[in-house]
Amino acid sequence: MTHELIGISVLWLFLFGYVVVASIDFGAGVFNAYSLLTGRKHILTNIIQRYLSPVWEVTNVFLVFFFVGMVGFFPKTAFYYGTILLVPASIAIILIAIRGSYYAFETYGSRGHKGYTFMYGLSGLFIPASLSIVLTISEGGFVSIVDNQPVLDYWALFTSPLTWSIVVLSLAAVLYISAVFLTWYANKAQDQKATDLLRKYALIWAAPLMISAAGIIVELREHNAEHYARMLNMWWLFGLSFVLFLGTVWLIWRRQKYGLAFGLLAGQFTLAFFAYGISHYPYLLYPYLTLYDSFTNEAMAVALIIAFIAGLCLLIPSLWLLLRLFLFDKDYVRGKS
Amino acid sequence: MGNEDAVFYSRVLTELTLSFHIIYATIGVGVPLMIMIAQWIGIKKNDEHYILLARRWARGFVITVAVGVVTGTALGLQLSLLWPNFMELAGNVIALPLFMETFAFFFEAIFLGIYLYTWDRFENQKKHMLLLIPVAAGASFSAVFITIVNAFMNAPQGFDLVDGQIININPLIAMFNPAMPTKVAHVVVTAYMTSAFILAAIAAFRLLKGSNHIYHKKALYLTMKLGLIFSIATAVIGDFSGKYLAEYQPEKLAAAEWHLETEEGAPLYLFGVLKDGKVKYAIKIPFALSILAHSNLHAEVTGLNQFPADEIPPLYIHYLFDIMVSIGMWMTVLSAVYVFGKWKGWAFVKANWYRGFIVAGGPLTVIAMEAGWWFAEVGRQPWILRGIMRTSEAATTSGQVNLMLVLFAGLYLILGIGSIVVLTRMFRRNPVEKELEDRHAEIGGDLV
Repeated sequence: MTHELIGISVLWLFLFGYVVVASIDFGAGVFNAYSLLTGRKHILTNIIQRYLSPVWEVTNVFLVFFFVGMVGFFPKTAFYYGTILLVPASIAIILIAIRGSYYAFETYGSRGHKGYTFMYGLSGLFIPASLSIVLTISEGGFVSIVDNQPVLDYWALFTSPLTWSIVVLSLAAVLYISAVFLTWYANKAQDQKATDLLRKYALIWAAPLMISAAGIIVELREHNAEHYARMLNMWWLFGLSFVLFLGTVWLIWRRQKYGLAFGLLAGQFTLAFFAYGISHYPYLLYPYLTLYDSFTNEAMAVALIIAFIAGLCLLIPSLWLLLRLFLFDKDYVRGKS
Repeated sequence: MGNEDAVFYSRVLTELTLSFHIIYATIGVGVPLMIMIAQWIGIKKNDEHYILLARRWARGFVITVAVGVVTGTALGLQLSLLWPNFMELAGNVIALPLFMETFAFFFEAIFLGIYLYTWDRFENQKKHMLLLIPVAAGASFSAVFITIVNAFMNAPQGFDLVDGQIININPLIAMFNPAMPTKVAHVVVTAYMTSAFILAAIAAFRLLKGSNHIYHKKALYLTMKLGLIFSIATAVIGDFSGKYLAEYQPEKLAAAEWHLETEEGAPLYLFGVLKDGKVKYAIKIPFALSILAHSNLHAEVTGLNQFPADEIPPLYIHYLFDIMVSIGMWMTVLSAVYVFGKWKGWAFVKANWYRGFIVAGGPLTVIAMEAGWWFAEVGRQPWILRGIMRTSEAATTSGQVNLMLVLFAGLYLILGIGSIVVLTRMFRRNPVEKELEDRHAEIGGDLV
């Protein structure tokens, strides 16, 4: 494995980590707001807060890790993406900032402002939408080089069906992942009402997820034939991912083994996410930027990989401790301590 | 928007983000150490007041951490969004400490979550306190790593620039650049100092407001002692920083001191104004600059006239330097008199007017910290990488920076007001007296 591949694999892994933990977070906010709207707030709020409070900050770090690592391993991305993403990324940061801080303000400070709960939920929809734009841009066709500087064509971006398919997919994925996870969590907490409600949400969001995912593949055939061809080569990975998806839905439908259902979901997204990532190879920004011409120098690559391994030695036991204390601790999950 | 505008707005936005972020970041670095010390004393002395102190500080700390985290995220992304050319170049050389900073931050985030939610889960309070070590260490190490990045911008090394291409990169040499020891030490120690004085100001404020509770007195004495230790350390390291500047960044020192001509036995000017190339109304301390720069009464100090006009930083940094140093000195004296007075039993240190000074000391140290950063950053102009890349070459070419500036200014306004409102409400509604009573009712007064 070359250093480039190690670098991008590490980053893709952390991006995946962010997608999963952030989806749970964003989706939880949406469900919380929706339950307020329908007068069922008391059912969900406790479950959601018990899970999110100790981990919301960690969620944020996954994102920071990804973009710092990206600039570290692939400094040229700072030039290309940095220049074109000023507006969408700034909007995402502002939303994340408001969301994160207000979560803390509400949870640890005062409690119970309705308008705030609402905004919190809405931001959970806007952030995935504004972040997923990066994925669309990376497919190429929206950036041109003028006077040696990349320029983003907003009009083309916002009128492209590909953009909107990816936005819909990100929203459906957020709500689906979150609902499946929270169903499991609520079930562990022996909270029957919350489990039933979340189970319903999980089933509702399963269909849009698949439809939008299929839609993207169709869009890509038109938009980026090279990428489409690579994806077809890996049809079996996507197929396997779909089988796992069916498994999750079946278990949830039958109200059985929610833990296993979430495990299958994790498998489903891992396969799809990595298959998508691998089929994107070798481009970071089609057709201007590949893994190879943006990669950092040899010395830095080695230093970063060593730092990464050392960091993981600290991180994995700590994350395990966090999970053990707040996810796998029966008393905490049931709100007894 | 032309390129000049983009550069200008990028600078303003970065300055705004940094100025806002460092308030919360400084608290984020210093306060976990204070919490740790308070809890440790509480366990050792078997004194519930200190444990409660740790608990209440921790609760307020979460709010400041939240703002610190989100503004830090903003800053991290803005580096690439506003300065893409700089990050492309610097990313090749300085990515290592940037990367390590996120690990430290990760580590801190995990253990802070655990610490906050396990107050009553461990039989042994000592075990719970152990969780604070990774929090405090993570906080301090992220300051160390990020300051290394900043030090690199002041003293870039660890690579060769040949025809615009960077070669022979050595990440470790880039990290251990000459600016690094003094910068890192100064940033970490002043963060402890600032946090101690902010917490002291809170305790003094409660006492001034009429509470006579022993809890606040203990808090005040503890934080003033810590503040004294760290302000003395700050002064010592500040002196080293001056010597560093004389050696490696003489134009920054010369601009800060309005040292116009190279001379031996150079005097130090405090305050004053600069008019028609002459320093007026200043307090002149003969030979002091030579001592500050080289520890030698008669040493030669390089003057501003030695540098090309377009490589000299703006001369107003003198005022920032004065503000920083004066406040630092003032706080050292204030805390020294307090601690000594307590020991000797002097009555006036308990007087309201003296406590008023301590209350003012909190915001003052924050001002000193801001002034220090502005001085350090503006003093590096016109360079973003001293001697290598000018700030004007580094900025984005995007045309919407001014709009983003407005958006972010709104964000910081909301966050600033929000955090202040939440923090005051949090402690007003639940004063110490009430919390102590509640705790006693809950576990029969057996806290430790």
